Amino acid sequence: MANFSPISAAIGGALIGLSAVLLMLLNGRIAGITGIFAGLIEPLSTDRAWRATFIVGLLAAPLSAALIGYTVPIPQMPPSLAIIAGAGLLVGFGTRLSNGCTSGHGICGIARLSPRSIAATGIFMVAAMIVVAVTRHVGG
Amino acid sequence: MRALASLLCGFVFGWGLFISGMTRPDKVLGFLDVLAIPSGNWDPSLAVVMAAALAVTGLGYALARRRTPFFESQNQWPTQTAIDRPLVAGSALFGIGWGLVGLCPGPAIENLATLSPPVVVFVVAMAVGMIAYHLWEARGTAPAERALAPAGAVDG
Repeated sequence: MANFSPISAAIGGALIGLSAVLLMLLNGRIAGITGIFAGLIEPLSTDRAWRATFIVGLLAAPLSAALIGYTVPIPQMPPSLAIIAGAGLLVGFGTRLSNGCTSGHGICGIARLSPRSIAATGIFMVAAMIVVAVTRHVGG
Repeated sequence: MRALASLLCGFVFGWGLFISGMTRPDKVLGFLDVLAIPSGNWDPSLAVVMAAALAVTGLGYALARRRTPFFESQNQWPTQTAIDRPLVAGSALFGIGWGLVGLCPGPAIENLATLSPPVVVFVVAMAVGMIAYHLWEARGTAPAERALAPAGAVDG
């Protein structure tokens, strides 16, 4: 159980849940990052203001953490920019095709006990686990 | 008020991802690496994050179902129920990309705050993927119809 951090994971998870609940109670919206971000950047989209401020809040969180003394680590990314770009394309296209990601399906959808979201979450988890198994354990 | 409310929600969401370590691709990959279970190097943190988030969201949604939102006339609950081919294929493609880098959309966007060039490449590619889907989906559809079907949060 190297690196297991159950307390910070539980606190952070509860905050994510709190955000999802607040967005529904206040604005009547699902806290799905894919839907929020796609609705901001896609042409012909309306209703951009609340999406933009949500993203601003998301960006402000680590900045405020840095201001009060937390270390905000630079993410460890693969060395190949081609792999990074390819993965980004897959994430962008895939989440729109399935209409949700870890937040929209994985949290908001499963919290509603939506069979569709439970299926989506099972599929993207297993697909990601297979990719990590191959990249970390095959041929290495 | 709607914009201010979602600013607060984005901020709380961002703090949740940050505190839980889910903005760190190495930590996410440490969970996805299930072959590390036998050696004791597996990191189950992401499962705890999801369990805590689901507990709070499940309870909160039960409350939200019984009332109308403060700044809107009604809640926009998702309406799709079909486990269809786009759902399966899209989830698989997303999972492959997630497993390659360890970033899903929320943490990817949040990490833009670090100004890390590889993260910028990832988010730009992700945006291109979303726009590509938008154009592919809209093929053969009249512009007027497209305008009626904005990027909805049908699921999330």
